[in-house]
Amino acid sequence: MGWIGETVESIKSLRIRQVLTQGVSLGLIVTSALIIWKALMCFTGSESPVVVVLSGSMEPGFKRGDILFLHMSKDPIRAGEIVVFNVDGREIPIVHRVIKVHERKDTGEVDVLTKGDNNYGDDRVLYAHGQKWLQRHHIMGRAIGFLPYVGWVTIIMTEKPIFKYILIGALGLLVITSKD
Amino acid sequence: MHSFGYRANALLTFAVTILAFMCTLASFSDNFNSPTPTAQVKVLNINWFQKQPNGNDEVSMTLNISADLQTLFTWNTKQVFVFVAAEYETPKNSLNQISLWDGIIPSKEHAKFWIHTSNKYRFIDQGSNLRGKEFNLTMHWHVMPKTGKMFADKIVMPGYRLPEEYR
Repeated sequence: MGWIGETVESIKSLRIRQVLTQGVSLGLIVTSALIIWKALMCFTGSESPVVVVLSGSMEPGFKRGDILFLHMSKDPIRAGEIVVFNVDGREIPIVHRVIKVHERKDTGEVDVLTKGDNNYGDDRVLYAHGQKWLQRHHIMGRAIGFLPYVGWVTIIMTEKPIFKYILIGALGLLVITSKD
Repeated sequence: MHSFGYRANALLTFAVTILAFMCTLASFSDNFNSPTPTAQVKVLNINWFQKQPNGNDEVSMTLNISADLQTLFTWNTKQVFVFVAAEYETPKNSLNQISLWDGIIPSKEHAKFWIHTSNKYRFIDQGSNLRGKEFNLTMHWHVMPKTGKMFADKIVMPGYRLPEEYR
């Protein structure tokens, strides 16, 4: 009888160990993703270091589904740079190019006008009612790098949530059932 | 160890790693290109020059722009965005940049061009400082890569001056 009890014990402990290991490896995946994201935030100084292009207003330079890497430095904003900005009353940030800059002498504040390369007119129609210029605080960062197509993953996942659940479910199942 | 899942995973990881490596390499190779672009801008005519009812000066001009940007193109170049901006200083503003014309160059074959145009965007000052104002015309270009880092540079052409009187 003694050895049966021993075996049960050893199986039990094995199970617990296995579950623990899986828990730890799952935690590692989640935390390392978080670490990478936060580290990127630190390096780039931007709240969201990576954005996905959602509209075709910057074609043919940036297409829908392309990924942009942002950088927010103290450098002044200049014409020609591609900035990501938030407009009051709009939730989704916009990625457009700066076409006019007026920088104050005394305060260093800037008035900026933007335009999408593929749009006919400037962005005053997109700004809040009566707003003529963007100021520094509207701007979240400037685009410095570019990676094509990768953003489609997020576009598909936000527009067809079923794919998101399938993906998360499959990954979760894989982690739980995998034996090292 | 040798299940289908593991093999698919290994293959996918390897493919993505190689792809990322090649993208990095392509972007890095742009550093070896040292471009020598040239540009010339002539102000052919001041079409009109007036003060708006709200007190801001506005001017309309005809420009002749010629440039050779062929050396900017490498195998990793998707397009070059080029624009000409008027840049000047006023008592209130330490810098005013106003884009007057811009264009997208899709390929090396189109990178040597000249164009005769009036300003595409309105040249409006913040205030009434444009009479007799000296300004620079600067040709900026932003190189958009197929993948990786974007490049930008400019040629400053100083010594332009607006007329002393409205017309």
